Amino acid sequence: MVTYIIRRTLGALLILFVVSLATFLIFFGLPRLAGATPETFAARYVGKTADAQTQQMYAEKLGFYDPLYEQYGRWIGAVFTGTEYDYGTGVEQCEAPCFGYSFRTNQPVWEDLLDRLPVTGSLALGASIIWLLTGVAVGVLSALRRGSFFDRAAMTGALAGVSLPPYFTGLMFLYFFSYKMGVTAPGASYTPFADDPAEWAYNLILPWITLALLNAAAYARFTRAGMLDTMGEDFVRTARAKGLTEGVVVTKHGLRAALTPIITIFGMDVGLLLGGAILTESTFSLKGLGYFAIDAIGKQDFPQIMGVTMFAAFFVVVANLIVDLLYAVVDPRVRLS
Amino acid sequence: MRNKGRVLAATTAVFALAVTAACGTGDDTPKPTEVKPEFNAALTAVFNPSDKKGGTLKMAISSDWDSVDPGDTYYGLSWNLLRLYGRSLVMFKPAAGSASSELVPDLAESLGVPSDGGKTWTYKLRAGVKFEDGTPITSKDVKYAVMRSMDKEVLVNGYTYFNDFLDLEATYKGPFKDKAADTKAIETPDDQTIVFHLKQAFGGFDYFAMLPATVPVPAKADTGVKYKEHVVASGPYMFDKYEAGKGFTLKRNPNWDPATDPNRKALPDAYDVKIGLNADDIDNQLISGDLHVDIAGTGVQPAALPKVLQDPALKAYADNPAVARLWYTSINPKVAPLDNIECRKAVMYAMDRTSYQAAFGGEFAGGQIATSIMPPQIPGYAPTNVFPAGADNKGDVEKAKAALTACGKPDGFEVTMGFRAERPKEKATAEAFQQALAKVGIKVTIKGFPVGDYFSLYAGKPSYRNSPTTGLGLMTNGWGADWNDGYGFLSQIVDSRVIRDSGGSSNLSVMIPEVDQLIDQALAETDVKKREALWAQIDKRVMEEAVILPGVWSKALTLRGKGVTNVFVNEAFGQYDYLSMGVAQ
Repeated sequence: MVTYIIRRTLGALLILFVVSLATFLIFFGLPRLAGATPETFAARYVGKTADAQTQQMYAEKLGFYDPLYEQYGRWIGAVFTGTEYDYGTGVEQCEAPCFGYSFRTNQPVWEDLLDRLPVTGSLALGASIIWLLTGVAVGVLSALRRGSFFDRAAMTGALAGVSLPPYFTGLMFLYFFSYKMGVTAPGASYTPFADDPAEWAYNLILPWITLALLNAAAYARFTRAGMLDTMGEDFVRTARAKGLTEGVVVTKHGLRAALTPIITIFGMDVGLLLGGAILTESTFSLKGLGYFAIDAIGKQDFPQIMGVTMFAAFFVVVANLIVDLLYAVVDPRVRLS
Repeated sequence: MRNKGRVLAATTAVFALAVTAACGTGDDTPKPTEVKPEFNAALTAVFNPSDKKGGTLKMAISSDWDSVDPGDTYYGLSWNLLRLYGRSLVMFKPAAGSASSELVPDLAESLGVPSDGGKTWTYKLRAGVKFEDGTPITSKDVKYAVMRSMDKEVLVNGYTYFNDFLDLEATYKGPFKDKAADTKAIETPDDQTIVFHLKQAFGGFDYFAMLPATVPVPAKADTGVKYKEHVVASGPYMFDKYEAGKGFTLKRNPNWDPATDPNRKALPDAYDVKIGLNADDIDNQLISGDLHVDIAGTGVQPAALPKVLQDPALKAYADNPAVARLWYTSINPKVAPLDNIECRKAVMYAMDRTSYQAAFGGEFAGGQIATSIMPPQIPGYAPTNVFPAGADNKGDVEKAKAALTACGKPDGFEVTMGFRAERPKEKATAEAFQQALAKVGIKVTIKGFPVGDYFSLYAGKPSYRNSPTTGLGLMTNGWGADWNDGYGFLSQIVDSRVIRDSGGSSNLSVMIPEVDQLIDQALAETDVKKREALWAQIDKRVMEEAVILPGVWSKALTLRGKGVTNVFVNEAFGQYDYLSMGVAQ
């Protein structure tokens, strides 16, 4: 078990390293092939009226004249040891883990990421609970009542849920519930949980439902398919033969086995979500990591893009690790070695 | 069954939570009454006039702008908004209609007094003006503000007008590099007087004195790029809370004295500015009354446009202001066969101007079909149409063919057109060119470029756009005036001396020595009427050279928020005047 965890952790670190290298090359290496010069990189950090001299000064200051491997080495080094940035009228200490410094906002990227994390975390938490519970519940009921009106209605609803993108359902929800009926909060409403838990939930209920709708539909279909498979397996027949009640057969034997793939997907989804739910955050104007990412890309703020990419990759990798460890707990057939 | 019940119970609980939360507190406060709304009611007059104070004006924008630091901002919306917390020497009159193009003194007692043939400009500050902490504002604070704003290595976002025109010493480095830095280009003989010395005469210096760089900054509070985190107010409002990229709130500045300020009503008690709202949601919130102002001022999104135009109740809350911005296409005289003026004329005649207008969103959201470079709201504008595109504006095929024959290309030619790939309106423009010019045999190949590199690497870089292999004959372009004046509008797009080999200039095609001379002549002219006539002359002369094909003079369909008083469009910004609005009580 310990060996397994160490092996997987090392694997996760390797993946993060590869992601960081690939991201760096995409944003700093590929443009050079297209003709970008250190000055054109620097042009993104200076104003519209900057002359060639100012561009050169910034290119020098930001290290764009250095070889790519040196630039990458500096970036990865700062993650572990921290560094300092001269912003023109002072020096800002960027403590480890330093994920770069945005010369557009004059903030260390790490501080920005930590600032945005509670918003995305709140969104992911509420939405994932809703979609997991409703998705699995509907999936189980559909499987147990296969072919019934409920099954057909639920699966049609699930198809609709999967098909409708959050920027459509979100805007519709806002239009009807917030602006027509006035029963939910308008866009851009967010209150930290610590300030007022009730207000926190009130403000987030529409984003939660919007995001959950998409995933609950998919989970219902996955659960239904999984349940139909497992309920036909030999060990379920054995359980029934032992005289167990149908409830115990369904939950302790059928559902437990059917949940294994659901947990895998759930882990991946939550990991991805913690990296930012771009569409939902943009629709509801929530200043989470997804909005941060899209804003950074739009403004070509490379340090921010690098930072948020690594942050998102970290969550996906960690979520996968946790899922792998949970397999052994959920499914008795799995042994970690 | 017991377990199945649990699953059902859990499901029910989640929906119960949703429903309970959904039935939370709605705002049942009755909406205040206001005068009957009408379309364009705020265009040339004050809509819902009121002097009642109080309330919070709620503003939002979908995308952040450069900075709230008056010395580091180059966005019109920002110049409009910052008048709430900053006072420059001179300002555009906060008045409806064309009166807003008039410059009036703000921090200064009067407009600038020129001497030395327009090379020296003197301003006297009003007595009794104070910063938010009660410290008296002196001419030295204005001088310091201008000095800091000129350091483009630190405050990168602003303009370079002061750098270019002030008679600075060669050794001058600015206060960020040398705290003791001083210059004789700006003198402050006493606490109330400030004198600017220029390298060359400039008759329109009052426009420079209007720039936010003259908003006073106390040197001891200056933190360079981080000053935006706490700008020290000189206007009626001061920052209460500032969150980078998210928004800020403004509250009343107790040390602002209305007796020193004839231009500001300061009606709301506070301002709540949210940054980064979904653009479609902003429109919905304006319609529902949850929001008062979209600060961007660029109009409703395509999703809301038909809804607003077709619903009379919604249209009554809309205005269609003109913005001093031209969307146009540069015709490159350095690429064959467009180096022949007759071939350029063929393009000018053949282009369907209505399709250009349609590409930008039509009459309301796009704008008016342009017949020259200077928009009509620029003082001195003289109507001219050197290359009329037929009676219906759909292109004059006969004249285009005649020009092609004169050019020696009676069957047409091939040309490449560049546009910014991320801008659907520019792509639609390029496609409109393809269709219109095909009628006379001109084959247009369109090519999209990343918006971030368009001016620095491709269209803006002479070695690329003029290259025999990669040459761009036609390039979509656009320009908004820094202020409504011929110099503010024309200097960066028709003066050949702004073109740089390293790229980056917006002037992609105008290289006319006569025009450069006329610009110098206009700069030195202190007689306003004569100066304005020169700008009109430049406009016509550039048009005659057929190097710019004007598309549309921009317009926007904007919404007035419900419950807002004292609303009018300030022509200087082409937006609602954010300084004058109030909240209905």
